[in-house]
Amino acid sequence: MSEYNFAYLDEQTKRMIRRSILKGLAIPGYQVPFASREMPMPYGWGTGGVQVSAATLTPDDTLKVIDQGADDTTNAISIRKFFQKTAGVNVTEKTAEASLIQTRHRIPEVTLREDQILVYQVPIPEPLRFLEPSEVETRKMHALEEYGLMHVKLYEDISKHGAIATSYAYPVRVEGRYVMDPSPIPKFDNPKMEMAAVQLFGAGREQRIYALPPYTEVISLDFEDYPFEASKADHACDLCGAENSYLDEVIIDDQGGRIFVCSDTDFCTSRQDQTKEEAA
Amino acid sequence: MTQPLLDVRGIAKFYGARIGCADVSFDLWPGEVMGIVGESGSGKSTLLNCIAGHLEPDAGEVFFDTRVDGMKDTLLMSEPERRILSRTDWAFVHQNARDGLRMIVSAGGNVGERLMAVGARHYGDIRARAIDWLGRVEISESRIDDRPTAFSGGMQQRLQIARNLVTGPRLVFMDEPTGGLDVSVQARLLDLLRSLVREMGLSAIIVTHDLAVVRLLADRLMVMKDGRVVEAGLTDQVLDDPQHAYTQLLVSSVLQV
Repeated sequence: MSEYNFAYLDEQTKRMIRRSILKGLAIPGYQVPFASREMPMPYGWGTGGVQVSAATLTPDDTLKVIDQGADDTTNAISIRKFFQKTAGVNVTEKTAEASLIQTRHRIPEVTLREDQILVYQVPIPEPLRFLEPSEVETRKMHALEEYGLMHVKLYEDISKHGAIATSYAYPVRVEGRYVMDPSPIPKFDNPKMEMAAVQLFGAGREQRIYALPPYTEVISLDFEDYPFEASKADHACDLCGAENSYLDEVIIDDQGGRIFVCSDTDFCTSRQDQTKEEAA
Repeated sequence: MTQPLLDVRGIAKFYGARIGCADVSFDLWPGEVMGIVGESGSGKSTLLNCIAGHLEPDAGEVFFDTRVDGMKDTLLMSEPERRILSRTDWAFVHQNARDGLRMIVSAGGNVGERLMAVGARHYGDIRARAIDWLGRVEISESRIDDRPTAFSGGMQQRLQIARNLVTGPRLVFMDEPTGGLDVSVQARLLDLLRSLVREMGLSAIIVTHDLAVVRLLADRLMVMKDGRVVEAGLTDQVLDDPQHAYTQLLVSSVLQV
């Protein structure tokens, strides 16, 4: 253990990141610049989330890492092992047992509690980026609350597809002030963002941190005649039978056979275990 | 109508030791169109950008008759206030339509942007007003979901005008609105501009080097040379009976077909 400082980063770097996190919590939805470090993984693999987790972890924490809802994918496993090695913290796959959850592109199905922290990996923190390429201009737009452009994007969606086709990274407005990119979570998860846990967002390549304190108002943008809809595949989980969880579509053979399964693996397996117990 | 809409006093802008424009004062009344002519480099675009808030002048005042507070110096306004003004009561038509349009957004989205910027949140209403405005600038409704990249130069310019006028501004700045268009397209655009200005009772400041444009559109005219106004007056008076030597040269230089 002595080869690494606790949680890989040096103490000064962690302090710098914590200051940005605190500022982010004080101004919900505001993108705080921070001096992102090189991490031993490529950009796009969660360097921002890992730095935020490293600055937030304590030796008593229990860590859970998910990637698209799953605990057993490459990204989730390698980040979990990284912190096992560099911080020696306990790890778990059970959402309820974790005190810190790092996630890529999902919010767990189980309702989170006040004593939990959810850390998101963010590829592009600027919701206005694809319509306004200039960072100088987008920062000005945030400062002056000029968010008409965000609706232009939704307008384009409706005029092209007949409905708001944006299905992930769906823009939200935080406490009636900042428009924020919720990271590429499916819009099914958007309503869950008004939660009891602290939510922290880290974008490593873009060098931005932002945050939502518990119970912050998070409203998904929409039009009066095209209201926001938290959509999911119209199906029940083929493994656990859940009808209210977000589903992945999985091809199972060469004949085009497919099943729908919960994207949250912990949620799905614990429901299957419960059914087995009841049967026994 | 007891006071002007716009009152410009002593505007000056220097680029180092060079004069951009100096000591320009004039007023503009509601429903009036002011033309500014001069050769390239005479400071007319600098002047327009100073008044419209795109450039910060080194001296002078620009009073605008705001809806809420009455006459107010726009140069002393806070930036949010000035930006709100520039997307509600003001409009700016660029010479190059690409500067004034979002090229990756459909025509309807371009027209709707200003509406959404001031709080419109009903898709059906926004679309209906976009269709209405495309019709007014003679763009077919069937083109509403096409991007401006698929439009001709004249159509792009008309789309830019629709996008600017949709929120019913009271003052329009135009920088060479017909520049780079061929003559028949120019004529139609001028026709359109003239009827819109009359219908909506717009006030406008038009910068151009084309005397025919101001003859058609402007009520009053300022002639600029080397950053200063050398002659000002009613358009017909200035063009038919130019007093200053430079204006005489300008008027006599127009090619007769």
